[in-house]
Amino acid sequence: MASGAEVIRKIKEQIEEVDPKEVHDLVQNGNGNGAVIVDVREQHEFEESHVPGAVHVPRGHLESRIEGAVSDRSKRVVLYCASGNRSALAAHTLQDLLGYDDVASMRGGITLWKDRGYEVEVPRSLTPEQRERYSRHLLVPEVGLAGQMKLLDAKVLLLGAGGLGSPAALYLAAAGVGTLGIVDNDVVDLSNLQRQVAHSNDRIGVPKVDSAETAIHEINPDVTVEKYPVRLGADNIMEIIEGYDVVVDGLDNFPTRYLLNDASVRTQTPVVSASILGFEGQLSVFHPYEGPCYRCLYPTPPPAELAPSCGAAGVLGVLPGVMGLLQSVEVIKLVTGAGDTMAGRLLLYDALGTTFTELKVRRDPDCPICSREPDAISDEEMGVFPDYEAFCAGAG
Amino acid sequence: MSTIKIPPVLRSSVGGEKEVDARGSSVGEVLRSLAQQHPATESQLFSEDGGLNRYVNVYLNDEDVRVLDGLDTSVSEGDTIVILPAMAGG
Repeated sequence: MASGAEVIRKIKEQIEEVDPKEVHDLVQNGNGNGAVIVDVREQHEFEESHVPGAVHVPRGHLESRIEGAVSDRSKRVVLYCASGNRSALAAHTLQDLLGYDDVASMRGGITLWKDRGYEVEVPRSLTPEQRERYSRHLLVPEVGLAGQMKLLDAKVLLLGAGGLGSPAALYLAAAGVGTLGIVDNDVVDLSNLQRQVAHSNDRIGVPKVDSAETAIHEINPDVTVEKYPVRLGADNIMEIIEGYDVVVDGLDNFPTRYLLNDASVRTQTPVVSASILGFEGQLSVFHPYEGPCYRCLYPTPPPAELAPSCGAAGVLGVLPGVMGLLQSVEVIKLVTGAGDTMAGRLLLYDALGTTFTELKVRRDPDCPICSREPDAISDEEMGVFPDYEAFCAGAG
Repeated sequence: MSTIKIPPVLRSSVGGEKEVDARGSSVGEVLRSLAQQHPATESQLFSEDGGLNRYVNVYLNDEDVRVLDGLDTSVSEGDTIVILPAMAGG
């Protein structure tokens, strides 16, 4: 029976080994040729320090996770570990069992890398409590440690702590979004509790921003809550949204939705937008200059008789839950960079028929707002649309 | 024959139906045919000059007719036309 050392020696003969110098050149070139450097060590070793830009796929999870990290099997993949043995075995697996074409193992591992004086990246890490709290995120390659760090650093603004804002607040808090801003000047009313799940019976009469803060901290005390118990208007919107990475639009009226659009184009802040009525919901992402804006989709709002409010026409209580959580997923994708967002697409959800319809949303080259540079948009034109005066008079 | 999906705010104008079938070789003809069957929809869809109201979005299958040929966009058998109103509820 061959010894372990002999097996490793034989395997090293069957794979390509490269000197750390070659890997260092790759890093210096910013991996411009598309090579991927993979650290196959254990979690705690990776967290201590690693080769800059390396992705982490521990050898124990190599077969199940490598495709998440390197989906293209023709890509150059350079593996490393502490001294070059585990990475040699992993390279053998990728090459012989998983069909990767161009695999190499870095000789001497990160120990030799450091001896050469090459730089290492020391990642920020989670506390043991955070590691446990977010463990299910850490297991998903699309989020992982890097994505969780982005979430913890993210500042997300919720416009409205009502039907849409409530589920978004709870789940984004649970997901570990570091800062949640909440704009709402209302107090909790008994009629809200059929759907606004961030509030509760014993907080009726309490300002919604305070009630939502309580609910958020019951789930995740780490989240910083910024409260804005004000009505969003042309006089305060720029100041409020500046500094946020993503805005969640759960507003309940057209004038403020147009105002938000124009302000978010100026600050180039992506807006995850949803609206609800009865049994139907709409969802899209308006990512200024990368996709269409709200005005590209809806150049002008409908007259009041064709745009009843939930207060007037009613809404299924669960519907804002569905739509608010679809918004939350879009927020997480925008923050982590995972997946494809709804930018350029509009989703219609019909709860009665359980149908999802997707429509294309195009950027309007003549859009009165987003066809111009952000600096060219003035305070005076924000939130204004044709027939604005008549609309507001009609809406009472 | 093509199918028109009716949004909730217009359903009372078409007897509560979610979908209405209508004939026509262009988007404009199909919508005119809808307005003939259900006159209450006419003023909601069309402006006085005969064009679409600016606040009404119309899609042929999944594409906005504004980026196609507007009301002149030709319609094939089995196409779906979606009438989409903006909603602001939150």
